[in-house]
Amino acid sequence: MIESAMPNRQPAIEEGDMGSRPRIGVYICHCGANIASTVDVEAVVEFAKTLPGVVVARHYTYMCSEPGQALIKEDGAKLSLDRVVVASCSPRMHEPTFRAASQEGGVNPYQFEMANIREQCSWVHHDPDEATAKAKILVAAAVAKAYRLEPLEDREVGVTPGAVVIGGGVAGMVAALDVADAGFPAYIVEKSDRLGGRVADLNRTFPDLEPVAEWLPGLVERIQSHPNITVFLNAQVAQVEGYVGNFEVTVVENGGGEEQGSKLQVGAIIVATGYKVFDPQRKPEFGYGVYPQVITTLEMERRLAEGDLSVNGKTPEHVVFIKCVGSRDKQLGNPYCSRVCCMISAKQAQLVRQALPDARVTVFYMDVRAFGKRGEEFYDEARRAGVRYRRGNVSEVYRRGDRVVVRVEDTFLQRTLEVEADLVVLAVGMEARDDADEVAALLKLPRSADGFFLEAHPKLRPVDTAMDGVFLAGCCQAPKDIPDTVAQARAAAASALIPLLRGTVPVISETAEVDPELCAGCGMCVEVCPFGAPALDPLWGVSRVNAVLCKGCGACAVTCPSKAIQVRHFRPDQILAQVDVLAG
Amino acid sequence: MQADIQELARELGLGLDILGCIQCGKCTGGCPISITTALNVRFLVYEALVDALPDLGEMEELWDCTCCFTCVERCPKDVRPAELIISLRSQLVESGKIPGTIGDALMSIFRQGNPLGFAREDRAAWAEGLGIKSARDGCEVLWFVGCVPSYDMRSQAVARAAAKVFQAAGVDFGILGTEETCCGNEVRRVGEMGLFEMLVEEGKPVLESVGVPTMITTSPHCFNTFKHEYGLEETEVLHYTQFLARLIQEGKLSFSGKVAKRVTYHDPCFLGKQNHIYDEPRSILQAIPGVEFVEMDRVRERSLCCEGGGGRMWFEGTNTEERLAFQRVHEAAETGAEILAVACPFCMSMLEDAVKVQGLEDRLKVMDILELVAEAL
Repeated sequence: MIESAMPNRQPAIEEGDMGSRPRIGVYICHCGANIASTVDVEAVVEFAKTLPGVVVARHYTYMCSEPGQALIKEDGAKLSLDRVVVASCSPRMHEPTFRAASQEGGVNPYQFEMANIREQCSWVHHDPDEATAKAKILVAAAVAKAYRLEPLEDREVGVTPGAVVIGGGVAGMVAALDVADAGFPAYIVEKSDRLGGRVADLNRTFPDLEPVAEWLPGLVERIQSHPNITVFLNAQVAQVEGYVGNFEVTVVENGGGEEQGSKLQVGAIIVATGYKVFDPQRKPEFGYGVYPQVITTLEMERRLAEGDLSVNGKTPEHVVFIKCVGSRDKQLGNPYCSRVCCMISAKQAQLVRQALPDARVTVFYMDVRAFGKRGEEFYDEARRAGVRYRRGNVSEVYRRGDRVVVRVEDTFLQRTLEVEADLVVLAVGMEARDDADEVAALLKLPRSADGFFLEAHPKLRPVDTAMDGVFLAGCCQAPKDIPDTVAQARAAAASALIPLLRGTVPVISETAEVDPELCAGCGMCVEVCPFGAPALDPLWGVSRVNAVLCKGCGACAVTCPSKAIQVRHFRPDQILAQVDVLAG
Repeated sequence: MQADIQELARELGLGLDILGCIQCGKCTGGCPISITTALNVRFLVYEALVDALPDLGEMEELWDCTCCFTCVERCPKDVRPAELIISLRSQLVESGKIPGTIGDALMSIFRQGNPLGFAREDRAAWAEGLGIKSARDGCEVLWFVGCVPSYDMRSQAVARAAAKVFQAAGVDFGILGTEETCCGNEVRRVGEMGLFEMLVEEGKPVLESVGVPTMITTSPHCFNTFKHEYGLEETEVLHYTQFLARLIQEGKLSFSGKVAKRVTYHDPCFLGKQNHIYDEPRSILQAIPGVEFVEMDRVRERSLCCEGGGGRMWFEGTNTEERLAFQRVHEAAETGAEILAVACPFCMSMLEDAVKVQGLEDRLKVMDILELVAEAL
C-alpha cells in the first residue's frame, strides 16, 4: 500500500497507449453569459478541433451542470476518449467535478486538464476578438499538456487506530475523552505532574460563579479511570514521525530524574498545549513585583479561594482592577484581545463585593467586551452588585504611604486622577507558550503572527492545521474561555475521529518521484522538503520519496541539481509543452 | 484637517498615527503634567481625529509638554501622541505664534549656536587652562560638550569634572570648541523644523569631518537627537554614562578616593524612558567607593519627569506653583539621601532650583554623576 516501499521507477505506460495517438475531448463552457458574452465559444470550438489529438470539441451553457457533465461521460465511452480538457473557470471549484465525470466516461481522472477562460480571460478582458484569441491560446496550452498527461491511480492508506493528545488541560482531557468514548485508544501527554492545566488554578468560573471544584475533579477522575485512556505525566513529545493515519509519536517521561521513552502508534494528533499567562513585569509601569499590593487575576483566584484578601495584615478598603494587561498592545506584540479578562474582572469584582461588602471596588477599562452567552448579563450583575466601572486605561502605579496610587485618566470626566488603593488586580492576558517553537517544529505547524498555532482556515477549518491528521484544541490556537475551549476540543476530537473511523485516508497522487539512475544522493531534497517526504536510502545512497508524506509542492524537483526528481502530473515535458504554446 | 495634521506629521518625519487611537487614556493618565496643567493629549488626539481642534493660538498649554514621551512609550496602539503636540507646535511656529522666551532662544540658536544668548566665540571659555585639545588635532573620542555645560555656570563645573574624569582614565578625547553648535534636540521638539534641518545640515558635516568612531555627549538630549535624528552612520553615539560604565568595566577608570554619602538617582527622560538606559548610571554610582545607593519609589520606566525638556527650559509653563521638580526633590529627600545624582544638565537646573525653593538645601544636594566620579578619583 505504501508506495515508498516500492522501488522507484518511471511510470508505466498503459498497453492501449503504447504508440497510439491520444484521443482528446475538448469542452468549452459558456458559464451562462460570463464567458460567452465576451468569448466567441463557437470559434474556440472550431479552433480546438484543429489541435493535435483532439477527437471532439463542443460548447455548452454550463459544463458543471448535469447535462454538461453527461457530454463528457457519453463522449468518453462512445469515442473511446483517453483525455479530457474543459475550458471554463478556475480549477479550484470544479476540477473534482470534471475529474469524476471523466472517470465515469472511462477516462483516467488524472488525464484531465482545465483551461481557465473565465477568471483569466472573459472576466478581465473586454474586447471580444482579443478575448477569443486568448481563450484559444489557453485551450491550446491545456490540450498540449493533456496530450502528455499520464494515468495515475487514486491512492489510500490504512489508519492506525488511536490518537495522541498533547496537553492535559481541559481541552486535552475533553478531546481525549471523546476519542476514547468512540472506542479508540487516547494517549494524553502532559508536561506537568498533574491533569487539569490552568483551570485547576481557578476558583470559580464566569458567567455563573460555579466553583471549579464541582466539575474538574469529576472530569479528571473520568480520564484516569477510562480503559481507553493512557496518561503520561511529566512527559513530553520528543519526536513525531509519519503522516496522517500513521504517526509514530515518541514520548519521553521524566519521572524522578529518570528518562523513559515510549513510542506510540496513532492515526491522529490533537495539540492542546495551552497558553502562557502574561508576565506583568513586562509592563513595568504597574509596579508588579515591586509592591505587595499589586497582584494578578490568577493570584487573586487563589486569594479568593483561601478567603484572604488582606494586604500587609489590613483588610482592603479599595480594590482596583486593571484590564487588558498584556493584551491589545501593539508595542508588546500582543495586538489581540485576551477574550477572558473582561469577564474574569467582572467575576472577581463581584466576589470581592461579596467578601468585603464595605470595600469599594473599581474596574478601570478601555472597553467592556461582554460577548458570549450570558456575558452582558454577567456584566450587568457586576454593576448591580456595586462594582464601579470607570473608563480609562491605567497608566501608572506608585506608592503613597502604605497604599498605592493608581494614576489614570477618567476619560469621561476628562480628568487625570490619583486613585488610592489597597489592592490592585492586573487582569493578565494570554500569550503563546515559550515551548510553542518546539511543538511547532516537531509537528511542522505554522503559527499566526501573534505566535499561536495557525488553523487551516479561519472559518471553515478552525481545528485543522496545515498538517493532515494534526488538530488544534484550546488556547494554543488563540485565547478563549472554557466553553469555547471545550467546544473546540470536541470539534478537534470529532475531526480526528474521521480518519480513525474510516480506517483509511486518501493520499494525493501528484507526488514527487526520484530517478535513482540520476540521483547523486546529495540530500538537498531532504533539506528543502517542508513535509519530510524524501529521505536518503542508506543502502543505495539515493533519495526516496515517501509518497504518503509528499504534497506535490515541487520544492525538491526544482532544487535537485541533477534533475533526478519529477512531480507526477507536473513533469517538465508536460509543463514545457504548455509553455511553448503560451509563449509561441 | 485630521488628514492635514496626519500628513504634516508624516512630512516632518514623525510616526504619529491618529487613526490608530482608541481613546483609552493611557497617554493622559501617564502624562506627568496632566494633573497640574490643562493639557490633555488624549483629548487633543480625539479633536484632531474628528476635525474639532480649537484655535491653537489660544492653547498656551501646548507649550507645557516636556516631550518626556511617557505617552509614546506606553501607548498600546503606538499612536505616538506627543508627536501631535510637536506637529501642532510646528504650525504655531509657522504662523509666528510662539511664547516670546522660546522665540528668543530660537533666535539665539540661529545667531550664536546656543539658546542661552551667549556669544559663539565664548563657547570654549570654560575649558581654558584644562589642557583639553581640539578634536581637529586628532583624537579617538569626540566629546560633544553641549550648550548648557558650555555656558551655564553650574553646568560648567560638570564639564570640568568630565574633563578631569576623562583625563584620569587616559581617554584620548577632543572637543570642537567654537565649532560646536546646538544639537537642536529641543528645537525640533518646539516645532521649529526649519531651524532644526539647518542645524543638521550644517552640524552633521562638522561632526563627520572629525572622523572619529565614537562621540560622547554630556547631555541625554544631544545624545538622543544625534543617535536617532542625525543619521550619523559611521559614528557610535554614546551618553557619557554609557561611556563611563564601559571604562569602569574595562578597568580603565578606577577610584582611589571615595564619596561617603547616601546617594539617590533621578532618571532623565531622554536617557531612560526614551533610550532605555537605566542600568549604566546606577552601575557607575554603585562603583564609587563609599556611596550608599538608595532608590526613590518612582524610578526607571516610572520615573517622574523634571519638566525641563521639550523647550521647557525656555518657557515657564502655565503652572509655576506645582512644579514636578518640587515633588521630585521631596521624594529624593524622603529616601534619606544626601545627594540627588543627575545625568542631564536640564535635570540639574530644574532639581537644583526646586531644592532651593522647597528649602531642602541643608538636606539635599544635586550633583551630576560626573562630579561624584571626579570627587572619588
